[in-house]
Amino acid sequence: MQRRVIFDNKALPYLLLAPQVAVTLIFFIWPAAQALWQSVHLQDAFGLRSQFVGLENFQAVLSDPNYLETVKTTIIFSASVTILSLASALGLAVTADSKIRASSAYKTLLIWPYALAPAVAAVLWMFIFNPDIGILGRALNNLGYAWDYRLNDGQALTMVILAASWKQVSYNFIFFLAGLQAIPRSVLEAASIDGAGAVRRFWTITFPLLSPTTFFLLVVNIVYAFFETFGTIHALTHGGPGKATETLIFRVYQDGVVNHDLGGSSAQSVILMVIVIALTAIQFRFVERKVHYS
Amino acid sequence: MLTRRKLAVSTAAFALAAGFTGAAHAQQKTVVEFWHGLPQPLGGQLEQVVKGFNDSQDKVQVNPTFKGSYPETMQAAIAAFRAGNAPHVVQMFEVGTATMLSAGPAIKPVHQLMSETGSGLDAAAYIPAVRGYYSSKDGKMMALPFNSSTTITFYNKDAFQKAGLDPNKPPATWPEVADAARKLKAAGVTCPMTFSWPTWTQFEQVGALHDKPFASEANGFGGLNATLKINDPFFVKHLQTLIDLQKEGALRYGGRDNAADSLFPSGECAMIQASSGLRGRIVKEAKFNWGAAPLPYWPDAISSPKNSIIGGASFWVMTSPKRTADEYKAVAAFFSYLARPEVDAKWHMDTGYVPVTLQGFELAKKEGFYDKNPGAEVPAEQLTRTATTENTMGLRLGNLPEIRNIIQEEMEKAFQGQQTAQQALDNAVKRGDTVLRNFERANKN
Repeated sequence: MQRRVIFDNKALPYLLLAPQVAVTLIFFIWPAAQALWQSVHLQDAFGLRSQFVGLENFQAVLSDPNYLETVKTTIIFSASVTILSLASALGLAVTADSKIRASSAYKTLLIWPYALAPAVAAVLWMFIFNPDIGILGRALNNLGYAWDYRLNDGQALTMVILAASWKQVSYNFIFFLAGLQAIPRSVLEAASIDGAGAVRRFWTITFPLLSPTTFFLLVVNIVYAFFETFGTIHALTHGGPGKATETLIFRVYQDGVVNHDLGGSSAQSVILMVIVIALTAIQFRFVERKVHYS
Repeated sequence: MLTRRKLAVSTAAFALAAGFTGAAHAQQKTVVEFWHGLPQPLGGQLEQVVKGFNDSQDKVQVNPTFKGSYPETMQAAIAAFRAGNAPHVVQMFEVGTATMLSAGPAIKPVHQLMSETGSGLDAAAYIPAVRGYYSSKDGKMMALPFNSSTTITFYNKDAFQKAGLDPNKPPATWPEVADAARKLKAAGVTCPMTFSWPTWTQFEQVGALHDKPFASEANGFGGLNATLKINDPFFVKHLQTLIDLQKEGALRYGGRDNAADSLFPSGECAMIQASSGLRGRIVKEAKFNWGAAPLPYWPDAISSPKNSIIGGASFWVMTSPKRTADEYKAVAAFFSYLARPEVDAKWHMDTGYVPVTLQGFELAKKEGFYDKNPGAEVPAEQLTRTATTENTMGLRLGNLPEIRNIIQEEMEKAFQGQQTAQQALDNAVKRGDTVLRNFERANKN
């Protein structure tokens, strides 16, 4: 016997769907459509005059050597943040999952940073690394190492990568820990009875069984590195020195909100949208094949 | 018992009646929304000024609202205008002036507001360098000047003493500054000098002092087709000097915008070129003897320097489809109050901003403010020391905040040795001109 849910009232299902549809329309479709419209127009800040310029905004953006430089920075930044935060979270989760004293205290402490707003996290990092007021920054300079992220591309990029990764470690940690706890102990015990060492057990059993979690986190982390690290960069370096820490999303903000170049900023948003759609599609198509869903 | 109850009832009735009349009274008041971008403690002081106006009469109620930093306030005002909900008055930083002027119907020029409401505003009452910045080309006031500052030098007298320099004779020229910075370094000062607002202090002010154009078309006052002029050999030499000093360890780049501000009151840096508005913070935080001095100049470029230009913000009147004549009248009354010399002088003495009216300056002098606070007269004197030329009126460039950022970025690359001073300024001009052309295109009628 098949049980089907049948609505007597024809309007009811639509009514129940309406809130979700409304949210999608208002918060996703409408702004996206606005961005598309803006990206082919040239407008003054107050919206008093606007003219259709076709693809000129895209052309201007893509032929700007600084924009291509920003693309490169974004790739380095996102890849580093994703790898660093995933690897360290996995390491921490495996350690916290093992039988150690006070493991629940470690777990709690490791989850804490997630509760911080990105800007607050960045301010904490500033108090550590600022060459004038930061504890570590001052110490480095006193030891004779010229630390000044305001005037050193490499140091600035390293610092924002560290700060952005640190912020994401907690989130990854929770998921890895949950993933680890879902792995049946019996499988691991059987392997160790067969003589497999800890490293071998990890790579042949734990890691493959964690792959759905890892895959999910990979997607989430890349999206995080692309979009949600704005607060960190804004509070720490403002994209500087030069353009050393300017990522695509930071530039969208800079051009749109600070510089009032709505056309150029929207064109960049559209490009960004395409990049992320493509990235996610690639991930689901190629990486997911290697994922074992148990 | 009975009488007491009677008393209570009648008191209640009285209170009620008073409340009603109070409410009725409040309804008659015209409400003016005023958005500002001053954080504490300045924001609180500004709100005190507004309260002074509210208490001085019973027809208008001005509601001040803090909207975040200057750029955020600007963004909020623009978004509100687009939604048909602009505030009556918005405080706008000086670099937003060209953007506001090109806003056409979104704003009501102050001279027009004052003549329409019959309030009158004497433009000549304002310090020329202040008036010029906010006037149209034919000299009409477009915004009401309020909190204006300028760049001056603050220096640490104790550090000067330690380095064998005369603490009462601050360096007056750039060669003297370089010399002093080297001596300070030799005496073990880790940061001999720094500057905040890099573009404002090292290009906009340096240009004005030496009567050199920052941009063509009279720094943009002449039209939207202006181009940047800062790759001139004069500016290249100036930037090269800064780079050389930085390499020697005699100068520290303190970061963008006002990030370097904290380096002086903490005692870290011995000299800083910063906004005169920093004074309040130095008074409060510095634990050493300090002095204020005019900006240095290049004696080979000019024999006696011109007036510096202003920074800070002014008040703009915004339009909205719902605006009534009464509301404009209320705004005009508020502006007339702000233009009073005693209000101006008090604001100046409380905050470290310069007086914007000549009478306000006189009033502060008369009250003996400068005798009690040596050095506090430096900004106003520097602003008024010469008649303004087309290079010292200020800047009228579209999207100037973006141009300031570009110049900061190119400077940072030069300070790291990734490019020469000439390359940095050539790049800045190229990128800045693109910004100016886009602004020109977007704002052509």
